Amino acid sequence: MKIVEIVEPLPQRKAPGWWPTVRRDLRRNKHIYLMLLPVVVYYLVFHYGPMYGAVIAFQDFNPVKGVFGSKWVGLQNFQDFFSSVFFGRLIFNTVAISVLEIVFGFPAPIILALLINELRANPFRRLVQTVTYLPHFISVVVIVGMLFDFFARDGVANQLLSLSDPIAFMQSPEWFRQLFVGSGIWQQVGWGSIVYLAAIATIDSALYEAAKVDGANRFRQIWHITIPGILPTIVILLILRLGSVMSVGYEKIILMYNPLTYETADVISTYVFRRGVLQADFSFSAAVGLFNSVINFALLIGANRLSRRLTGSGLW
Amino acid sequence: MREGPGERLFAIGNVAFLTVLMIVMVYPLLFVLFASLSNANELTQHRGLLFAPIDFTLEAYRRVLQNPLILSGYRNTLFIVIVGTTLNVFMTALGAYALSRRNVLFKNPIMFFIVFTMFFSGGLIPSYLLVGQTLHMQDTLWALIIPGAMSTLNLIIMRTAFNAVPVSLEEAARMDGANDWTILFRIVIPLSWPVVAVMILFYGVGHWNAFFSALVYLRDRDLYPLQLVLREILISSNVQNMTTDVASGDVLAIGETIKYATIIVATAPILFVYPYLQRYFVKGVTIGAIKE
Repeated sequence: MKIVEIVEPLPQRKAPGWWPTVRRDLRRNKHIYLMLLPVVVYYLVFHYGPMYGAVIAFQDFNPVKGVFGSKWVGLQNFQDFFSSVFFGRLIFNTVAISVLEIVFGFPAPIILALLINELRANPFRRLVQTVTYLPHFISVVVIVGMLFDFFARDGVANQLLSLSDPIAFMQSPEWFRQLFVGSGIWQQVGWGSIVYLAAIATIDSALYEAAKVDGANRFRQIWHITIPGILPTIVILLILRLGSVMSVGYEKIILMYNPLTYETADVISTYVFRRGVLQADFSFSAAVGLFNSVINFALLIGANRLSRRLTGSGLW
Repeated sequence: MREGPGERLFAIGNVAFLTVLMIVMVYPLLFVLFASLSNANELTQHRGLLFAPIDFTLEAYRRVLQNPLILSGYRNTLFIVIVGTTLNVFMTALGAYALSRRNVLFKNPIMFFIVFTMFFSGGLIPSYLLVGQTLHMQDTLWALIIPGAMSTLNLIIMRTAFNAVPVSLEEAARMDGANDWTILFRIVIPLSWPVVAVMILFYGVGHWNAFFSALVYLRDRDLYPLQLVLREILISSNVQNMTTDVASGDVLAIGETIKYATIIVATAPILFVYPYLQRYFVKGVTIGAIKE
């Protein structure tokens, strides 16, 4: 019986109506659909549920009355956000952090991968990889805790600088971005290099042999073979990164910032967190969050289209 | 192949640079380790870098390990890591297996349904209201486990790995009367073990390091996972319950070493398992980068 089931071919000619096809598929793949059931329920509840819940952005949501009983206010919450004094600052801070991350954080793992690739001694190469991947696994709470400690007024950084007037790094808005982006690069540069090292590994070694025969030295090999070889990877990752310029995560910032540094540290997602979770201003913060989701979605679609045009491939 | 002087200089410079980079990566943790093992009062007198503990003592560790909040934090985190990771890997494997089969009529629509959530989300606040209020998970550890039952990126990675399992093995098993569950657990998962190990690592470390859901959903301090306890100690500098027997003038000094010791206590388990799992995870990352 079971043998018959798998040998049974897919319908070649058009079946009379869709139901027999569906019924046959459901019977043949009943275990498959049983496996998919919890997965689909999970996505429905925890991903599509909040998408539906986002309608509170158009309401004056009252938790007691629920989504169905609350008053509809149209675009009022969005208008309030666009006309608030925070709007410009939040957009600017979000983009500023993203731009710094792209300018300094994006090339760093590429350069690291190129340097690691030039190492011939294998034990040393493995050591470099082991050590540089490690910070990726350290929790953000510990990273920020170390920042608070090292960059305190009496911390190691100030002791080494030994200025007459120590800098209160963590309380200064002008230092926030450097510390945030810098510590991010420190934590992720090694991990980020993995994907480039993998791309380098797929380059045909015959190309290097041919280049050597032609008398190309290491620098010319890097410039003419390695970099062009990983360029498609670089372009795709860069474009996707550009698609997320408007999303800066809140997790690290809410640990790092304080009212003294809001001026440069407060981004859209942290503002949503404060207004929504801390101040229970649900509809307004849901509107800000939805605005951000829509922008991110549009940017990503744009970035993907750009990627397809430039490299012939994208995310979909 | 002979190398020119420029190339030899580059090779030496490269090794030197990467050595310095490794020191930059490791030294902050070494500093914390040395400081945690130092005498509190002498540490506050010390200026600049540390290259060994000053007047070695385990005092700070003694205080940290006697802190009931650290112990309950460890217990809660272990529960979340074990239960959460088991659920994660189970759900991800189910989805990855089902979506890697051929001849499943609704496979592509379901895949789209899932992948779409990577690109668009309802946002933090609707999720918060759903989990905390509609589903009443506020003040339970389930709020930290169930809403993150699986990650779409990991699903894609695992599906790619499952796709690579030879179809002939599956067909042979089916001839012997195996159903999909047997094939998944007896054939596909064992054959994809390196990637499954990476998933365990990614999910496990993710649970170990997570703090945000706990911050948002938990009020009861007995339920705090380790990272939330850490946050109080490191960032809010709350060390009161570990310094009750200390003269008030010394609280600040001992508080510093307690912070360092807490970092080590919370990070050590990851540092211990890291070398054993390292050989697996490069594979996981690169599989994730392969496009369909």
